[in-house]
Amino acid sequence: MADAALSISLRQSGPIPLDASISSDAGSVMALVGPSGSGKTTILRTVAGLYRPRHGRVVVNGQVWLDTERGIDVPPHLRRVGLVFQNYALFPHMTALANVMTALGHLPAEARRSRALALLDRVNLAGFEGRKPAALSGGQQQRVAVARALARDPDVLLLDEPFSAVDKVTRQRLYVELRELTLSLALPILFVTHDFDEAARVAGRMCLIDQGRVIQTGTPREVLARPASVRAAALVDLKNVFSARVSRADPSRIWLDWAGRSIEAHAPEGFSGIAPGQAVSWAIPATQVLISRTDMTVADETPNRFAAMISDLVHLSESVSVKVRLDGPDRPELSMTLPAHYARRTGLVAGSAVTIALMPDGIHLMMDA
Amino acid sequence: MDWIALALSLRLAALTVLILMPVGIWIGRWLAFSDFRGKGVVEAALALPLVLPPTVIGYYLLVGFGVASPIGEVWFRLFGRGLVFSFEGLLLASVIVNLPFAIQPMQRAFEAIPRDVREAGAVSGLSPWQVLARIDLPLAWPGIVTGLVLTFAHTLGEFGVVLMVGGSIPGETRTVAIAIYDRVQAFDNAGAGAMSLLLLALSLLALSITYGLSARVGKRHG
Repeated sequence: MADAALSISLRQSGPIPLDASISSDAGSVMALVGPSGSGKTTILRTVAGLYRPRHGRVVVNGQVWLDTERGIDVPPHLRRVGLVFQNYALFPHMTALANVMTALGHLPAEARRSRALALLDRVNLAGFEGRKPAALSGGQQQRVAVARALARDPDVLLLDEPFSAVDKVTRQRLYVELRELTLSLALPILFVTHDFDEAARVAGRMCLIDQGRVIQTGTPREVLARPASVRAAALVDLKNVFSARVSRADPSRIWLDWAGRSIEAHAPEGFSGIAPGQAVSWAIPATQVLISRTDMTVADETPNRFAAMISDLVHLSESVSVKVRLDGPDRPELSMTLPAHYARRTGLVAGSAVTIALMPDGIHLMMDA
Repeated sequence: MDWIALALSLRLAALTVLILMPVGIWIGRWLAFSDFRGKGVVEAALALPLVLPPTVIGYYLLVGFGVASPIGEVWFRLFGRGLVFSFEGLLLASVIVNLPFAIQPMQRAFEAIPRDVREAGAVSGLSPWQVLARIDLPLAWPGIVTGLVLTFAHTLGEFGVVLMVGGSIPGETRTVAIAIYDRVQAFDNAGAGAMSLLLLALSLLALSITYGLSARVGKRHG
């Protein structure tokens, strides 16, 4: 952690509760994800020096920007930080060029203009340098904001929900551009969003934040498919979360008793000391619930097969979102996502009787029941 | 036309504007950007001249400026003359009475600047002084000019406070507004009419400027 390009640790009980330690390497994009009010923007503002927590330490490339124990708090204008605000916060009375030049105070006066033009060119805004923000579209304003943030020649780049104010089509294009841009930058990038898809598209690592606390850190894939707790599963909107008891375990597999049904799951790494009778929670992503080819009367090697009935079926653009209800006293409902062509070919409708299969490697165990 | 009174009024208005420009910017910006316990009381105190009868303000200033008061005593020791019935006393009274006219439009203009725009200035490497010069003042200038124009016009027209604190000493404290009153008392309606028309024209001009500028502020942030 001491060697990371950026390390943050914050702690306070109020007014905004914070308990977070985050570190990020140069060249990597870390997404801070969580519901609104979770404190992710406050973490970003602390790095920029716009917010001062009760207890905190921010170290960037070995320079201490904030250390409340030692009374160090470098003011924002002396921190080399590029910040793209949620609503861009462009200077409304300045042209795009002047906006970028304002952040070039560290260069000699005669070098600023050409550097600013080069930065605007880099974000595909050549030719727009004379326009004021009001005469630019949302996507163009976002690019000016990115160019201005880069103009500072920052040690860390901070992006606060940079896509929230542009339309969906523009957003798709900006994802690609931002991804290309971040690949060419050798500095840590923190990216705040409440959109998990967005985080997965742009960031290499993801930090799940809830009420000011980091509750899980990992690749977007890990965090989204393997949440560390039931709370994390709820935050990442993992649909199928259930309680069960461990009935049997061997080094590679675990069998669960799910209200009388037996479920086989792969034992996760580092999941040791699990004992029969222990209460656990388990979850399965909607994409890992499959429709079995054969019904329950046919003997099949496939584990975790259950008879079910389709209770709801919604056609989306490329997939079909299906809810199935299982037999049994608890009548649990599971969400699954099927390819659109599969649902069409098999003629599934609400009310169809099906047999579903839960992929053992898709089943994810959480110790808090 | 009492040219001496007119010159005195213009000098008084110009000096009041000159003093209230930095004072108004400083207080207006402070009230716009900070939040503290008792802010409402401070704002109310600064707005008092808007609602109090000028004679009441004049009375308190008269008492406060007198040689028996601490302010008057310090002034007397420093300059060897009293504040009451002097141009300096009149100027000080004018500054106090005009505080709300100068501060309120400036405060509103500073408040209209989005917080993140000012923060973006700091994050872009601008020191607090540079944020003032390159972001706050360029964005708030219509409000600042409005405050100063209102101050100028209001000083030309102030009557009650001037009469209470300054009296009517030609060349020292007799302003145009007082001179008009004197002319009417002396049945010189022509003289009073000429000066009244001048004040009417100046007030109309000042208000036209402020309305024009506030439309500008609305457009910029709207």
